[in-house]
Amino acid sequence: MKTRMARSGVAALAAVTLISIAACSPPAKSTDTSSAGGVKASTATSATDLGGMAALVDAAKKEGTLNVIALPPDWANYGEIIKGFQAKYGLKVNSAQPDASSADEIAAAKNLKGQSKAPDVFDLGAAVANANTAMFTPYKVATFNDIPAQLKDATGLGVSDYGGYMSIGYDAGKVPAPKTVADLLKPAYKGKVALNGDPTKAGSAFSGVVMAALNQGGTADDISKGVDFFASLKKAGNFLPVDPTGATIESGQTPVVFDWDYLNVAQGKKLTGKMNWKTVVPAGAVVGGYYVQAISKDAPHPAAARLWEEYLYSDEGQNLFLKGGARPVREAAMVTAGTIDKAAHDALPKAVGTPVFLTKAQNDKANGYLTANWAKAIG
Amino acid sequence: MAKSPSTRASTGHKPVGALLGVLPFFAYTAIFLAIPTLIVVVGAFLDGNSRPTLGNLSALTQPQIVSAFIHSVVLSAVTAVLGAVFGALLAYAVSTAREGGALRRTMTSVCGVLAQFGGVTLAFAFMATVGSEGFLTHWLKNVGMDLAGTWLYEPDKGLVLVYTYFQIPLMLIVFLPAVEGLRPQWREAAESLGGSTWDYWRHVGGPILAPPFIGAMLLLFTNAFSAYATAAALISQGSPIIPLQIGGTLSSEVILGQENIGKAMAMGMVVIVAVVMTLYAVLERRTTRWLGR
Repeated sequence: MKTRMARSGVAALAAVTLISIAACSPPAKSTDTSSAGGVKASTATSATDLGGMAALVDAAKKEGTLNVIALPPDWANYGEIIKGFQAKYGLKVNSAQPDASSADEIAAAKNLKGQSKAPDVFDLGAAVANANTAMFTPYKVATFNDIPAQLKDATGLGVSDYGGYMSIGYDAGKVPAPKTVADLLKPAYKGKVALNGDPTKAGSAFSGVVMAALNQGGTADDISKGVDFFASLKKAGNFLPVDPTGATIESGQTPVVFDWDYLNVAQGKKLTGKMNWKTVVPAGAVVGGYYVQAISKDAPHPAAARLWEEYLYSDEGQNLFLKGGARPVREAAMVTAGTIDKAAHDALPKAVGTPVFLTKAQNDKANGYLTANWAKAIG
Repeated sequence: MAKSPSTRASTGHKPVGALLGVLPFFAYTAIFLAIPTLIVVVGAFLDGNSRPTLGNLSALTQPQIVSAFIHSVVLSAVTAVLGAVFGALLAYAVSTAREGGALRRTMTSVCGVLAQFGGVTLAFAFMATVGSEGFLTHWLKNVGMDLAGTWLYEPDKGLVLVYTYFQIPLMLIVFLPAVEGLRPQWREAAESLGGSTWDYWRHVGGPILAPPFIGAMLLLFTNAFSAYATAAALISQGSPIIPLQIGGTLSSEVILGQENIGKAMAMGMVVIVAVVMTLYAVLERRTTRWLGR
C-alpha cells in the first residue's frame, strides 16, 4: 500500500531490477499525434484543444497503451477502474509496481524518461505532488469546474481525484465504540490504539495527529495538542506502537486503528463475518486528505494519459472510487446533479463538521513541530 | 616470544596471476563498498540543488538525531555485552563437550542458523510468541501471568531482547575457536605448579581469551549497530535508532528533501564503525601475537 513505509530489501531490490530491465527497453516511438485542430496531444490542456472528446479517444486508441504506476488493485477500487477503462476504450493498461510509494512514482518517471515504459500519469500524495509540479503538464478535464477550488491547481497542474477523512477503525467485539478521540484514553483501550505509520513519514499517520489536535481543541495552525494527546495515550499505556496492516487487524493485534476512512471501511468489508470492524469519523474533527492526479510532462502516451484523466473524473470513474469507499472529488457536484451512486454514498461513514484541509504553510509548520517533538512524545 | 608480524610477512615477488585472481574481489568491493561510501560522503556535503553545504552536518545536532545516535550506541553496547557474556559461557560449555560429538555439532550448526536469523521473520517470530496476541502470552495468561503490554515494541526492552537473541549465537560461532585454542596441558601445568582454578583463569586462561573476547564483542557491537530490518519490522513509531532515522529521510512522504541529511547520518555511522574497526584491528594484531598463530 502507498502508506506502508517499511519496505524489505527484497522489494527494493526487485524495484531496482525492474528499473534496470526497463532501462533496456526500446525508446518511445513517436506516438504524438496531431489532431484536426493542429494541437499536439502532448501539449493539449483540454479535450477541446484536440477537437473534442471523440478526437481524443481516436488519438488515444492510436497510441493503444497507457502506463500507470503505484495503483494497488484493492486501493480505492483501482482494480475495477483499470478494467472499466480498458473495456470502454479498448486500450491496454500497463500497471507497474502497484505497491510503490508516491516518491517511487516520481523516481520511476525520472529514471525512465524518454522510454516507452515511463509512467504516463501519477497518483500522488499531496506533499509529493506539491514538491514535483515541474514534472507535470497542465490539463483540465471536462468536469474541471465541479472540483472544489482548494483541491485543484487553477491551471490543471495536478488535481485531487479522490480522498477521504481521517477515521478511527475498531473491533466492536473487543472494545467499546469511541465517540471522540479523547475516549481512547480510557482503560478499556489499554495497549490497543495504533496509528497507521509514523507521522513524520506517512501521510495517514500525520493526519491522525491533526485529527487528535482538532479534537483536543487545537487548530490546523497548531497541532501541538495532537502530539500531547499521543503522549498521554502513551503514558496511559494505551498507545500500541505497531504498524497496523490487514494482517495485524485480522489477527486481533491492533484492535483500534487511526487510518483513512476508505481504508478502514475496506478492511471492514474484507472481514465481514470474521470480525465486526467499524469505522467512525469523530465529530468536529474531520481532517480531509486527497490524492492528486497529474499527467507526466514526459508521458510516452500523451493522448491516452489525457483520456485516462477524463475517465477518472467522469461520473463513471468517480462512482467507481466511491464504490471502493473513497470520497470522489466531485462528490458535492454529483450529489446536486443526482448522478452519484446513492447506495455507495450512504454507506460512507458519517462525518459531522466542516472538513479541514491543511494548506502548504500549515503542513510545513506541522512537519517542523513533529520532527522536533514526535519521538520525544512517544519515546 | 612470538616473532613480530613484519618479519613473517612475505617479501617475495607476487606473480601477476595472483593479482588477476583478486580482481573480482576488488571489483566487488568497489561496487558494493567504495562507491556507496563515496556517494554517502559526497552527498553529506551537498544540498538539494547539489551545491556544497555544511547544513547537513549541522542538522546532525538536532535533538532527535542526537538521541537516535545515543540510543543506537547504547543498544548496540548493551546487546554486545549481553551477547558476549552469555555467548562466551555457552562457547566454554560447548568446548567441554566431546569433539565431533553430537552435542557439539548440533550446537554449532544451530547457532550458525540462529546468528543469521533476523529481519522481518525474526520480528514476526517474537510478535507471534510474546506479542499481545502471542501464543506464549495467551498460555501464560491462563496460568495467571500477564505479559501483555507494549514492551516488545520499545527500543530499551523489545529490541534489546530480540537483538540479544541473534547476538548470543553469533558470539558462540566467533568465540568458540578461541576457547578451543586453550590447551588442556596449560591447565595441567598450572595445577602441577600448585595453581588453583582461580589462578589458572586469572593468569593463563583470562589473559589469553581477553583479546578475542573483546574483539568478538566489538564485532557484535557493529552487528547490532548496523541492523535495520529487525528494528524496522518491530518499531514503527519515533525512529528511536539511527538506521530507522536514515530510513525515514529516504522514505518519508510527509517531510521531503532530507535525503542528504540521511547521508550525513550514514557518514556518522561510518565514523563510529571506523573507530570500532580500528580498535578491532589493534586487538586482532595483539591476539595473533599472543597466540603465536
